[in-house]
Amino acid sequence: MSMEIDLGRRKMLKVSGGAGLLALFGSLGLLQSGAALAEWNKNAFSAKNMDEALNALGVIVPENNAASIQLTVPEIAENGSVVPVTVSSSLPNVEQISILVDKNPNVLAANFTIPAGTEGMVTTRVKMGQTANVVALVKADGKFYRVAKEVKVTAGGCGG
Amino acid sequence: MGKPMKIRAAVKDGVTEVKILMQHEMETGLRKEADGTLVPAWFITEVKAQYQGRTVLEAQFGQSISKNPYLLFHFKGGAAGEKVTVSWVDNKGDTRTDEVAIAA
Repeated sequence: MSMEIDLGRRKMLKVSGGAGLLALFGSLGLLQSGAALAEWNKNAFSAKNMDEALNALGVIVPENNAASIQLTVPEIAENGSVVPVTVSSSLPNVEQISILVDKNPNVLAANFTIPAGTEGMVTTRVKMGQTANVVALVKADGKFYRVAKEVKVTAGGCGG
Repeated sequence: MGKPMKIRAAVKDGVTEVKILMQHEMETGLRKEADGTLVPAWFITEVKAQYQGRTVLEAQFGQSISKNPYLLFHFKGGAAGEKVTVSWVDNKGDTRTDEVAIAA
């Protein structure tokens, strides 16, 4: 048994708090991949501004590269609680995609790990408290790239 | 145990498209009830999708992801009838795992 699997088991035990669930996960083959879930990046997700978030993600100076990242967001979001975001990149060997909203209380919305064999594209939906820049951060071949687009929010996503 | 996910997976030209709709409140921890009490943070932190034991996507979520999170992604490979398994964990330690057969 590899170290990684062992760590994965320990984590599952911690979060599920029961051997029954563990057995269930085991039988579903979730623990057999040899890859434990990466630890949830608390520092990055509790970052209150863009610089903090980028630091916590280990980004030094991302290159602005609008040509190789397509960030698809609505120009105007009537409902800030559900804003569709698609990030897709033509760069080879995309390893990581992050979505950030610069004026949200917690700027980092999501961080995706893209294994080999998975395309460098992901779609999700984010909350936006007010008009802000949505930033897509892509890590490919060890280098970070960034592109940002403004979304005008007419009704905030935080009950406002 | 969390509420069931809706998962669709379909293969076309050697690429499998996966769409996931999770059922979760995704409370930010910043919202107040009418009486002014703060609703505690409650949100999915990690999502993992696997195809035949191979991880095809790992996601970490923060509070800014919308209620009932949606994900769409593509991975190479996949054949009709094979299974895609998705599981999530939230900040309270609750989990949910669902699987779906890939459609042609």
